[in-house]
Amino acid sequence: MIEEPAEMESVIKVSGLSRLFEDFTAVDNIDFQVAKGEIFGFLGPNGAGKTTTIRMLTGVIEPTSGFATIQGHDIKKESILSREHIAVVPEQANVYLDLSVWRNIMLMAELYGIPRARRIKEGERLLETLGLLNKRNSKARELSKGLKQRLMLCAALVTDPEVLFLDEPTSGLDVQSARLIRKIVMELNAAGLTVFLTTHNMVEAGDICSRVAIINNGRIAAIDTPEKLRSMTSKRHYVEAVFKDLAPPLEKLKSLPGVIRLESDQRIFRLYTTTPGSVATSLAILTAELGLELDQLKTQKPSLEDVFLYYIEDGGSE
Amino acid sequence: MTTSSDQHIWRSQLHGSLVILKKNVLLYYLKPPVLIFGVLFPVFFFLAFKMGRSVSTGGVVPGMVAMALWFTATAIGPLVTPWERRAKTYERLISSPISLRSILAGDVLSGFLFGCVITVIPVILGLFLTDARIANFPLLVGGILMGALSFSSLGILLSAPPAASPSNIMLLSSLVRLPLLFVSGIFVPIGQMPGWAVWVAPLSPLSYTSSLIRAAYGSVPYFPVWLCFLALFIFTSGLFIASCRFHNMYRAKGL
Repeated sequence: MIEEPAEMESVIKVSGLSRLFEDFTAVDNIDFQVAKGEIFGFLGPNGAGKTTTIRMLTGVIEPTSGFATIQGHDIKKESILSREHIAVVPEQANVYLDLSVWRNIMLMAELYGIPRARRIKEGERLLETLGLLNKRNSKARELSKGLKQRLMLCAALVTDPEVLFLDEPTSGLDVQSARLIRKIVMELNAAGLTVFLTTHNMVEAGDICSRVAIINNGRIAAIDTPEKLRSMTSKRHYVEAVFKDLAPPLEKLKSLPGVIRLESDQRIFRLYTTTPGSVATSLAILTAELGLELDQLKTQKPSLEDVFLYYIEDGGSE
Repeated sequence: MTTSSDQHIWRSQLHGSLVILKKNVLLYYLKPPVLIFGVLFPVFFFLAFKMGRSVSTGGVVPGMVAMALWFTATAIGPLVTPWERRAKTYERLISSPISLRSILAGDVLSGFLFGCVITVIPVILGLFLTDARIANFPLLVGGILMGALSFSSLGILLSAPPAASPSNIMLLSSLVRLPLLFVSGIFVPIGQMPGWAVWVAPLSPLSYTSSLIRAAYGSVPYFPVWLCFLALFIFTSGLFIASCRFHNMYRAKGL
């Protein structure tokens, strides 16, 4: 299921993009577009092709075949022009450990040709925004992982990018740094920055992404808004029940009309179904007939994590 | 005819090379491997050659200058890319709007500058502490500049193979640099070397540089001066083109 908004000003266009490493196909003929001002989530398990895709789009490696543009510039034929519009924050903070925080930021700004007065002004503003002002003269090696990641974001933003590539930006960070990075990304996006985000954090993707693509084995399995993806995966709807004392026998719960699958951890029971309303009603009746009492009963749409697992583990088949 | 877009790219690439040079000066000039391979090596080689032998101190100055240039100008190249690959900063550089060629040009300039600056030391020490006299100053400057460019380009080429550790590349560079040192007329003028070495000498850029530097100190050059400059130009261009090709080939390895 590949769905693109019909009318959108695309900042990134990808068509038939593939990358082979000897006989291994890391990315296999993918197509998608990212609209101006979107936060586009790129989700997939380890080895699915997320980082390879980012590396192709950011000019680190060349595609084996296919075509992509960034702000209208072909990533192969006009690689330098396409890279003028982007900045990258990789998963592993690759700052220059022997340079100070300030020097790291200025170095990136100079590489992108940002004029001196502007880079100093922007650098100081970003240091303050990202809570690094008191670390300005510290060597990058003295920073914690979270602060290094903030420094990476500073060094990326000082180049005034139109598209920001974030590869697992909050992975393994302390709560404070992760929240700050998410907050700043959302503020920048509100101001017009387009964001291409890869993450394993489904809650984060569901919260901040305008659209998400799910990639598995190098192929795009689905693209849409998180909300639409959740509603389309009907087999992942479920009724969640918690009983006061005793619960009905599992066989009785499984045999309720419309129940596809049952999950239980002895206390919480999840009854997967395409008709959550009628299953909830049947469950309430069954509980009353058995003389038992419900403590909680609710119907749930699948989370983005459920959607992700649906496409990755079940291949997206209903 | 160049368009304004071409001019913009040329300017930004040249600027990018200078930023790379600045980064390398800040980060790598004082790294221990650079100081050991670039500064201590030539000093120890000089002492090993000079001590206990009846060679006039002034007579070894041209060799010392050429050797210092050789070790210093080739010291930066083999360090930078392997170091950056290991620190994962390499990926950051090649995703910036600077071409790989401009990054490598910046690296060449780093080795060139390091070589030229450090080589001034033996030149000055030779003038004040020995009887060596410079007979042709422009030739000395030209020899040092062209030699530094070709040596630095060689250093960049040596750093192309992806290696798990920078020390592997430093080892490779020593395997190339040390043998060439002995067949390039540093310790013994090329004309006085054994027959096989005389045949091998033209394959080393150091031979032409040492020939130019000896000529600048008043000796008769083994190769004609014009041939030295031409050869060094060809070495510089060829080594740089090969560097660009090999670095591009190994671009995605070891990221």
